[in-house]
Amino acid sequence: MSFLGFPRPDGSVGVRNYVGVISTVACANDVAYWISQQIKGTAPFIHQSGCTQLKPDLEMAARTLTSIGQNPNLAGVLLVSLGCEGVDVKRIEDGIAQSGKPVKKVVIQEAGATIALKNGLQLAQGLVSEASKIKRREFDNSFLRIGAKCGASDTTSGLASNPAVGAAFDLVVDDGGTCIFGETTEFMGAEHILTRRAVKKEVADKILEIVDQMEKRAIARGGDMRGGQPSAGNIAGGLTTIEEKSLGAISKGGTKPIQGVFEYGERVQGKGLFIIDSPGREPEFLTALAAAGAQVCLFSTGLGVPQGFPFMPVIKITGNPVTFKRLPDHIDIFVDLIGGKSSGLPAMGKIIYQALLEVASGEQTKAEILGYGNFPGLYTIGPVL
Amino acid sequence: MKQGEKAIVLNARDNVATALADLETGSSLEMNVGNKTLRVKLTMSIPFGHKFSLLKIKTGESVVKYGEVIGTATADIYPGDYVHIHNVVSNRGTSNRGVE
Repeated sequence: MSFLGFPRPDGSVGVRNYVGVISTVACANDVAYWISQQIKGTAPFIHQSGCTQLKPDLEMAARTLTSIGQNPNLAGVLLVSLGCEGVDVKRIEDGIAQSGKPVKKVVIQEAGATIALKNGLQLAQGLVSEASKIKRREFDNSFLRIGAKCGASDTTSGLASNPAVGAAFDLVVDDGGTCIFGETTEFMGAEHILTRRAVKKEVADKILEIVDQMEKRAIARGGDMRGGQPSAGNIAGGLTTIEEKSLGAISKGGTKPIQGVFEYGERVQGKGLFIIDSPGREPEFLTALAAAGAQVCLFSTGLGVPQGFPFMPVIKITGNPVTFKRLPDHIDIFVDLIGGKSSGLPAMGKIIYQALLEVASGEQTKAEILGYGNFPGLYTIGPVL
Repeated sequence: MKQGEKAIVLNARDNVATALADLETGSSLEMNVGNKTLRVKLTMSIPFGHKFSLLKIKTGESVVKYGEVIGTATADIYPGDYVHIHNVVSNRGTSNRGVE
């Protein structure tokens, strides 16, 4: 099996062909957003990080913005910088350029936002013009790099949509592709099941370490996670504890061996199934997937969520028949497994895989058509100073 | 899972079942748990996707779903009782218990 994608200079394959307009710091967001709204073929990446943070968070911002720029769905990148931000813009620029794609930059403090806007519009137009010359061609499925996420989970997520996404993940791994999941908070209470699938002891130890760190951070700040995890929506959907949510959540990672664990913002290297250490909230987690190099996200939901991402198609999958009927403008695939069709799991995995290949080859998701997903997040651990 | 089932037990070790439809107070359900059949009469209405108890779970005992511990009972729970945040706490992500 194969899909139609855009070849990139670093050997990766894009499923979309945008020019990324990436803000390097919260203060530059408006100009980046203005440019993206005017020039067709661009996609903005705006966020609230990049300055006045502790070193680990500045480091995380630099790493993430570099990896975001390297995502194969971007043919070129325009960086929009303020000028005095704490994050190392040169490092981001050089890092993205290493992937072989064109990188341009405008700096607001050099001559003001109106001049940065004028220059940015011209540069973005030129980058889109170049990008549009790249044509889709056929690639085998080992070039796939797919992410999974669950959000607004209810009981049906653990019973139907998560295992169905997991079945699709297994098929991608069998075809030699790369699959990525995370949401470390939602490993709590289920980590012993994941560690059994680690390819070596170091990977198992790393899984335990990231869960322990996440749990200690939550307790240190909040005393009790409930209400945050599981969220109010999860509880309304029947999920009582984080353990119950986790046991359902991990099934979206499928059943294949876990090859390694990457940090938030790192680009995942290698074939097979990987974990990224990350929070479960949508805006920050979708960014982690895009930074990991994912081309498409399979998004399992119970109560239904609208989010997409500016340049990574997000396929919404639910096993809740009520949600599917209520939210036709958001849900792409209904997993009909509740109440008697558990033997249909392999079949649902194939249906999701086929849909994934169609989307990879250019079919638009509901969120893409709606234009929902312009406001992603960038994770921080420490305070804003 | 059989077609038309009103509730599901995911593992033979489980002491709770999950409703696959909105279930009324007083409904009688026959649940297959491993090779046993348990008859449970609901003491409260159970919304779609929410849980009820199959067995007596005493205060401090584990609540089990997917064959794994999902929390601890904070009150005595009887067969057919609604099981949710009013009578179960997490063992994880909380300073109240659990984490050493």
